[in-house]
Amino acid sequence: MAQTIGTHGEPDLRPAGLRGVAADFASDQRAFKTASWGKAMMWIFLLSDTFVFGCFLIAYMTARMSTPVAWPNPSEVFALHIGGQDVPLILIAIMTFVLISSSGTMAMAVNFGYRRDRRTTAILMLLTALLGACFVGMQAFEWTKLITEGVRPWGNPWGAAQFGSTFFMITGFHGTHVTIGVIFLLIVARKVWRGDFDQERRGFFTSRRGRYEAVEIMGLYWHFVDLVWVFIFAFFYLW
Amino acid sequence: MVEIPSGSAGAIPAAEVEDVELYHPGSWWTKYVFSQDAKIIAVQYSMTAISIGLVALVLSWLMRLQLAFPGYFAFIDADHYYQFITMHGMIMVIYLLTALFLGGFGNYLIPLMVGARDMVFPYANMLSYWIYLLAVLILVAGFFAPGGPTGAGWTLYPPQSVLSGTPGGKDWGILLMLSSLIVFIIGFTMGGLNYVVTVLQGRARGMTLMRMPLTVWGIFTATVMALLAFPALFVACVMMLFDRVLGTSFFMPAIVEMGTQLQHGGGSPILFQHLFWFFGHPEVYIVALPAFGIVSDLISTHARKNIFGYRMMVWAIVIIGALSFVVWAHHMYVSGMNPAFGFFFATTTLIIAVPTAIKVYNWVLTLWRGDIHLTLPMLFALAFIVTFVNGGLTGLFLGNVVVDVPLSDTMFVVAHFHMVMGVAPILVIFGAIYHWYPKVTGRMLNDVLGHIHFWITFLGAYAIFFPMHYLGLLGVPRRYFEMGETAFVPPSAHTLNIFITVMALLVGAGQMVFLFNLVWSLFRGREAGGNPWRATTLEWQTPQTPPAHGNWGKDLPVVYRWAYDYSVPGAAEDFIPQNVPASDGVTREVSA
Repeated sequence: MAQTIGTHGEPDLRPAGLRGVAADFASDQRAFKTASWGKAMMWIFLLSDTFVFGCFLIAYMTARMSTPVAWPNPSEVFALHIGGQDVPLILIAIMTFVLISSSGTMAMAVNFGYRRDRRTTAILMLLTALLGACFVGMQAFEWTKLITEGVRPWGNPWGAAQFGSTFFMITGFHGTHVTIGVIFLLIVARKVWRGDFDQERRGFFTSRRGRYEAVEIMGLYWHFVDLVWVFIFAFFYLW
Repeated sequence: MVEIPSGSAGAIPAAEVEDVELYHPGSWWTKYVFSQDAKIIAVQYSMTAISIGLVALVLSWLMRLQLAFPGYFAFIDADHYYQFITMHGMIMVIYLLTALFLGGFGNYLIPLMVGARDMVFPYANMLSYWIYLLAVLILVAGFFAPGGPTGAGWTLYPPQSVLSGTPGGKDWGILLMLSSLIVFIIGFTMGGLNYVVTVLQGRARGMTLMRMPLTVWGIFTATVMALLAFPALFVACVMMLFDRVLGTSFFMPAIVEMGTQLQHGGGSPILFQHLFWFFGHPEVYIVALPAFGIVSDLISTHARKNIFGYRMMVWAIVIIGALSFVVWAHHMYVSGMNPAFGFFFATTTLIIAVPTAIKVYNWVLTLWRGDIHLTLPMLFALAFIVTFVNGGLTGLFLGNVVVDVPLSDTMFVVAHFHMVMGVAPILVIFGAIYHWYPKVTGRMLNDVLGHIHFWITFLGAYAIFFPMHYLGLLGVPRRYFEMGETAFVPPSAHTLNIFITVMALLVGAGQMVFLFNLVWSLFRGREAGGNPWRATTLEWQTPQTPPAHGNWGKDLPVVYRWAYDYSVPGAAEDFIPQNVPASDGVTREVSA
């Protein structure tokens, strides 16, 4: 399903710019002429998910701005004691680096997928999943460290109780997203490896033909999870 | 109105997408139970929603019995009364109205009306129903859990909703309610993505957005809103669940409960109200917009006249949807906020009245000099218009800060929202069921039973909710278990309460006629044929009735005209279906 018009070499007669957008929305069949059903669905889901994370972050900002109690200092709380001195935000810097890198490997996987390079695509997806799993692992380490230092959802030694509750809730919710992403990366990587998308093998539940586009849709989700992390990083660790 | 001579509509573009490959069920289970066919899923959604709605109906009887005869029914104590109120409200708003309009009508009508074989992702669509059913079961489990369901009111305002003074606050009640809502939102998202993508990307050849029936516009806009509004409720539920289970203080200030200082502190109950109403106000229009859309089609079809101002109707739906995201704090005038905010939210609230009034005028102008057939769907549509105008006008009262403050938390508010988002959409649901039942089952609903049902429901609903305005103006508060000795409430108010309760019992009993009609007509109803209302929209042009799996047989329909070619001058019939080519009749396009 969903071959893009204008990709078979014939001239694309659609007007450019805003007129093009208006023409597409005024046309029949599809409003987004180059998006397949799956891609459109993922974009709209991500829009909805943006509102979820947006609400979480706004709730966090409200709590932080309205609390009369001191907010713990992130550079001290999130510092690691390495080589005799406290290095602020070192762990979180590594975590961010790992997650951003995984976006790079994901983008490469999408590229190799469309070149129908089964092996490289699968390896890059597995690498992405590995980086994602590393991220979740480091997050588990960070949680453990904070818990041993006495941070709880209902309180912490340094100040406002909402610090722990918002921290665990928001990073936990993001970590869940990463974990779900890793699981789906493994599932799609297996399908790529097995050649499902080359043979257009039908889905077990959906009986739809498999296409390499699945890799790109998976990538959309993964980049979104990365992007959300940038906001969490900025609002939680740098504020 | 611009008349365009036939043949000038231009060629229909070629298919951009190859025909969809459907899942073909191999057994009874995958055909009727775990079905991936949107039509079966629609019926499943509708039956579940109506069943749980009946529970809410019975709860409203119990509430009314207590209000009319306080102390007479020993089993209704204060705790039970609040549990009834809460469950009645939550079930009606979310599990009945939202699920029935979007999951029921959306699933049935969107693919048929836009000329698709099915929803774009039938498997996710199926999951959506089963997750919805799970949410309903979790909700119902509250009735059997220790301590019973939550009695926090449908708005679930903290801190009271998670304290021991509230029924279910320290038991299972509130936990099950929050979990059920979270599950519902997950399930709805799966279905909602389907509805939106089907409308945007899955239409037939020739079906432009501006040729879609208003029913699809209403359901589509409502679904987009739901996808953006439910996240706020999701977040609010997760946070309150943590407050209750993990001892966090998102919404909990420092508080003394039964003489004990609780461990909570520093949270903001107002934050919950903002999150809740950021969902809650769009929710009103999530229920109203599908009703607006459906009623437009009912009026146009049964008045044999094109809808007046189609483009205006579409833009009014979209503008109402957009505005409804910036009015939420008008539910919080008495919660305490900066007066400048009150001014802002009152202004945006009153601006919504403009597109809404445009819609009402257009409905009336569609009727004007129309060939009005007083069929059951038309009766319900007319009843909707008067009820909606009534409820909408009291909305203008409550949208103003200075008028709202004295009326807040009185029966006036109860009267307002039951008129505007309770009775009005339910009337449309009934009208829509009388209208589309022949397509779903192939048989007409019985007309005599339908008329009995209509008059009981319409007049009865007025008898119930109209006096409540008066009670509210007297100052009778809502959500009070009993009034006791209250100087400012005259004895006449109590007499009125008894009248309202009797009417509520009658109207509730009247719905049994409807349920009987649904079942009886399934077997004994008159054969409907493919297009009993002589309607133009695509769902009436299917090769089979009820439509088979895949809807259209071998060839997908091609659309040549808008959905409202009724009584076209010069045409042989008084309607021209959307899939009739331009040369076979006079083409009339919408003017801007």
